[in-house]
Amino acid sequence: MANKPLPAGSAPSADSLKTQMPARKVVKKTGAGILHDILVEEGVEVIFGYGGGAIMPTFDQFYKSPVRFILTRHEQGAGHMADGYSRATGKVGTAIVTSGPGATNLTTALATAYMDSIPMVAISGQVATAAIGNDAFQEADVVGVTRPVTKHNVLVKDVRDLPRTIREAYFIARTGRPGPVLVDLPKDVQVAALDIEDDGELNLPGYRPRSKGNMRQIRLAAEAINAAERPVLYVGGGVILAEAAEELRQLARQGNIPVTTTLLGMGAIDELSDEKLALHMLGMHGSAYANYAVQGCDLLIAVGARFDDRVTGKLETFAPQARIIHIDVDPSSIAKSVEVDIPVVGDAREVLLEMIPLIRYSERAAWFEQISRWKQRYPFTYQQKDDAIKPQYVIEQLSRLTEGQAIIATGVGQHQMWAAQFYRWRFPRQMITSGGLGTMGYGLPAAIGAAIGCPNRPVIDIDGDGSFLMTANELATAAQYNIPIKVVILNNHFQGMVRQWQELFFEKRYTATEMVNPNFARLAEAYGCKGLELRDPKDVPGVLEEMLNTPGPVVVDAHVAREENVYPMVAVGKSLHEMEMGGLS
Amino acid sequence: MRKHILSILVQNQPGVLAHIAGMFAARGYNIDSLVVGRTEDPDLSHMVIVSIGDDATLEQVRKQLGKIVPVVKVRDLSEQTCVERDLLLIRVHCPPDKRIELRQLAEVFRGNIVDFGPRTVVIQLTGPEEKIEAFVELCRPYGIKQLSRTGVIAMSRDTQPVEAAPLPHKPKGRRRAGAAMVAASMPSDDGPPLPPS
Repeated sequence: MANKPLPAGSAPSADSLKTQMPARKVVKKTGAGILHDILVEEGVEVIFGYGGGAIMPTFDQFYKSPVRFILTRHEQGAGHMADGYSRATGKVGTAIVTSGPGATNLTTALATAYMDSIPMVAISGQVATAAIGNDAFQEADVVGVTRPVTKHNVLVKDVRDLPRTIREAYFIARTGRPGPVLVDLPKDVQVAALDIEDDGELNLPGYRPRSKGNMRQIRLAAEAINAAERPVLYVGGGVILAEAAEELRQLARQGNIPVTTTLLGMGAIDELSDEKLALHMLGMHGSAYANYAVQGCDLLIAVGARFDDRVTGKLETFAPQARIIHIDVDPSSIAKSVEVDIPVVGDAREVLLEMIPLIRYSERAAWFEQISRWKQRYPFTYQQKDDAIKPQYVIEQLSRLTEGQAIIATGVGQHQMWAAQFYRWRFPRQMITSGGLGTMGYGLPAAIGAAIGCPNRPVIDIDGDGSFLMTANELATAAQYNIPIKVVILNNHFQGMVRQWQELFFEKRYTATEMVNPNFARLAEAYGCKGLELRDPKDVPGVLEEMLNTPGPVVVDAHVAREENVYPMVAVGKSLHEMEMGGLS
Repeated sequence: MRKHILSILVQNQPGVLAHIAGMFAARGYNIDSLVVGRTEDPDLSHMVIVSIGDDATLEQVRKQLGKIVPVVKVRDLSEQTCVERDLLLIRVHCPPDKRIELRQLAEVFRGNIVDFGPRTVVIQLTGPEEKIEAFVELCRPYGIKQLSRTGVIAMSRDTQPVEAAPLPHKPKGRRRAGAAMVAASMPSDDGPPLPPS
């Protein structure tokens, strides 16, 4: 332009500019545009989010887009929905929120997903790069805040790094031990034009997740399994995440090995069709027969599980007679809390596929006889009453009416444990629950996310009154998009699990656990959902059936026995076999 | 409990140091010293962390470091022979009549006097931590006015003596005990008693 002066007062025409541009491939997209297009490329079908100033250029991209946008009522809800969507479908969930409070509200959901290794990508708006560090309006150090609760996070300061960063985020979220990844996106980067064609390459020299297991270790493990007289498979969420349930079932059948699952491993085996092998859940509120089997076994085969303190009880006396095989994709999970004899680092599915051909069938008659005695003597049980609805009964009826085919989300607390105990789990990705972090309020938004991901399955949130009320505002989301979730609130007007501990360990001093609740059925109606009430045990099957047959979102307020306790219970600091049975056996 | 020298190669990105230091703090691991600097590759930085702990804990530290995405490589140099160097600057009280004495002391440790004042002297010294600490102890009687250390940087030696080869991986973790006690308290009234372990 310098050597071709223009007539004074005239702007350069588009044509004259074009001819003078260098002859490289120009992509005329803003940061927000490129973000949108990469999300589409990554196969994102739905985004959960809540807008605000610093994310508006990105939101604008979804005005007309093949990607469905679900507006939530709180950023925590958006995060849990992305998480629930991911747990139900196996795909990476996506949430988009604004800067500052938007991002800090999302933090609980990120921590929830991180503890349970759930793949999701969160995109948070950020103030413009020039304003970062100046305490600008709605500014927060989101990368700093979320670093301990994400698998990876990054602040994008240059639009040229954006395409690679987004691709890396999805890659990191879903590979290895999955987890949440946060991308913090300043407003000026969202509007900056990208003029360089992106080559699609990733720059992750230090990120090498292991998938194949070491064959020597796999052979050692197989030999130990074939030699064991009393083996137990202890199966965690890693089997679900690795899509290894089918292989796990094969291994259990071929080796004739009983299987106990953690809270996150429920559905890894079909508890009805593989009834003989199923020991149900283990741990603090696990079945007596699972806990006895773990304490009595001579070989414990941990697959995709991490020896959480709620599972092991007192570590020094955990599985004291057993050699331990530990199959896990994360080397840092191995030997973290419990000594392991045969570690196998690798993807659960790949390792099991290599292992299955090496496994021989064995009758193990004495072991199964022992287990069936335990099962007969100490089943999950409760005392039925005529004048009060037992929460366990409601879940049993739900299990029966849905034939174990529903996806079940839960909050956290007593109702969550009863759901794990009394629903019969049949398929992977069936249980959507916050295990590691124990996030109350998780159930409703997670159920909405799951229902959006799996529109052809019934999705039921079994919730507690305390948990439900933490995120009840998301009923507005369910109503707005007509998401047909069914919510069963086991309402005991208490923060029940804490009340149980107060009863057992604090001499019934019920400090700040009693709740005066709203009328949940009418609350649901006010949100535009169907509300039902349940007060008489006789009505349980009828009302649940009505709930299941009513289209759209439905809330059932089930007034249950107020001071029911969850048993068995292994108190903190006790060994797994030292269970309180609550006088039930 | 012993001293471990961790050599960590990281991608040269903002926030990596905070990430690593935060992980140590969050998991209750200890940092004795931490040095970070450039390498021959502008995309990579080299970090040396000295941490005191038992072998099982340090194995966890190493694994947790490995999980941090921008961490490219982690090695525990104390499993092999290595060259470690710490740099010390120490200002010691030094009236004129002590100058010769302190100069001789520095010479024995191959240190250099880098600043003289009317009543103080600044000595620079490099070497492994033990040597630095011995020198500091010897300076103490003169009166230490100021002391600053860089922390250890380290590199493995090219040739390793045979006996110093890294041990085959032996998994660690909390030891379990009490098998007989547990077996005795298991319910045995309704089945064959469990065989003793």
